[in-house]
Amino acid sequence: MIDVIIIGGGPAGLSAANTCARNGLQVLVLDEFMKPGGRLLGQLHEEPDGEWWNGIKEASVLAAKADNLGVDVKLGVSVHNLQTDKGNWVVFTNKGKFRSTNLLLATGAAETPLPLPGWTLPGVMSIGAAQVMTNVHRVKVGEKGVIVGMNILSFAIMRELRLAGIQVDRVLLPPRNELLTESSNPIKIVDDLSEAAHLAPGFIMKWGAKLMRVKALRKIGLSFYPSNGFKIWDVPIQLKQAVVEIMGDKKVEGVKVVKLNTKGDPIPCTERIVEADFVCIAGGLYPLVELAAISGCPFHYIPELGGHIPLHNERMETPVEGLYVAGNITGIESAKVAMAQGVVAGLSVSQKVTKRIRLEEMTKVIEHVHDVRAKSIIQFHPDIQKGRKKIEILWNHYHQEKKQTKIPSIENSV
Amino acid sequence: MNKRIVNHPILDTLTNKKDISFSFNGKNHKAVEGDTIASALLANGVRTLRYHEESGNPRGVYCNIGHCFECRVKVGNSEIVRACLTPVEEGMKIDSLTQYPTPLKGGLRHD
Repeated sequence: MIDVIIIGGGPAGLSAANTCARNGLQVLVLDEFMKPGGRLLGQLHEEPDGEWWNGIKEASVLAAKADNLGVDVKLGVSVHNLQTDKGNWVVFTNKGKFRSTNLLLATGAAETPLPLPGWTLPGVMSIGAAQVMTNVHRVKVGEKGVIVGMNILSFAIMRELRLAGIQVDRVLLPPRNELLTESSNPIKIVDDLSEAAHLAPGFIMKWGAKLMRVKALRKIGLSFYPSNGFKIWDVPIQLKQAVVEIMGDKKVEGVKVVKLNTKGDPIPCTERIVEADFVCIAGGLYPLVELAAISGCPFHYIPELGGHIPLHNERMETPVEGLYVAGNITGIESAKVAMAQGVVAGLSVSQKVTKRIRLEEMTKVIEHVHDVRAKSIIQFHPDIQKGRKKIEILWNHYHQEKKQTKIPSIENSV
Repeated sequence: MNKRIVNHPILDTLTNKKDISFSFNGKNHKAVEGDTIASALLANGVRTLRYHEESGNPRGVYCNIGHCFECRVKVGNSEIVRACLTPVEEGMKIDSLTQYPTPLKGGLRHD
């Protein structure tokens, strides 16, 4: 019998797998993609010390370790259901059923779409799609494009596109509508990015100062913000312009842009067309949690962590017997945090199987997560610590209420 | 039309990889080893991968990592796959999914 199936072969899943294998466990990793590494693949940014974080290299290091440790990594495998059967997990995939005593969900995150007219045209893609196409497959997504949506991910990938010689004409806001209240609010965006700039010197240093200046301007209503925006890595960032529609007959040919007043409202009769052959939509990330929902794990909505989060503790345990979580499924953070969490989850699973993990070791790896988080240069949400505290309180509360009762897993006949 | 990013200031230079031949909607194309169907087609300048079942509108890659299912294509005679997750293979015959002959909406309703 396999001791643990890990769903997701990214930074969290592979780190957990390697930790489990080092402790003598039989480990199976399942991943949909054709290469191991998850969303490490494609990451490319400059660290404060000037070194480059190359996710492709990080992924190959983790995958090579897994290989050496005898971890079975199956790629091109899609999981579509989970059940429990006599205390074991049954994982249903496109390549058949797999069984194990423990299950770790390290499914990562998905991108939040920003729906706007014309967004189904070929040539419109999520910003993450452009990242993978550029850095992993090494294919140009187009000649000249625009990015809709302003967040840390869109700026990071904008730079990656520029490095690969792809022209990004400008970064614009999405249209203001009921679905997009936060991502279309220039004041909220400046606030978030200024916070991020403060927390993340180095990576954002180059434009942080500019944002800080804007943060000061924000107080007088963005009045002095130049209507053509300021430039980051030569790309105009236009907080006073929004895309109202993506135009094109059968494929992207441009975007219709409207000017905004200082409150972020569109100014009538200021619409014009900007030519582009690709559009990237950058709505941010949310935890990919469907499998945790199927497993019967309780959830809480925690905006600081990026959405609905399966209840878990610092050891990456959930209230469901034999179910663990690690990485972005527990909240949107950087790959380095995901790797540190993976080690914790791996130790928790190992402890359950072997009963030989020392408390000091567990304490050490949990503290390592805190350290990595504190030093993290990519902060997706300014209040990540607050979000982590919330889930901890919810966990404690849950256990006070249900002291004797363990949540039963879904029992289905398989 | 080739859209390969061969040289890169930080990442390794692309090395010559084995060529792969495949067809899309009856037209022959070249890919390189390691390509997905989606990356191979984009490298050949093809953006439209399928036509919407109901409206017939063209659709392409949206998320590129298997989440959105917008890039579904037909491989061989019947298998439907996500172009972004499927490695292209020598001699692969790939076709777009097309608009259904009869509308999905406005038919019999079930209460």
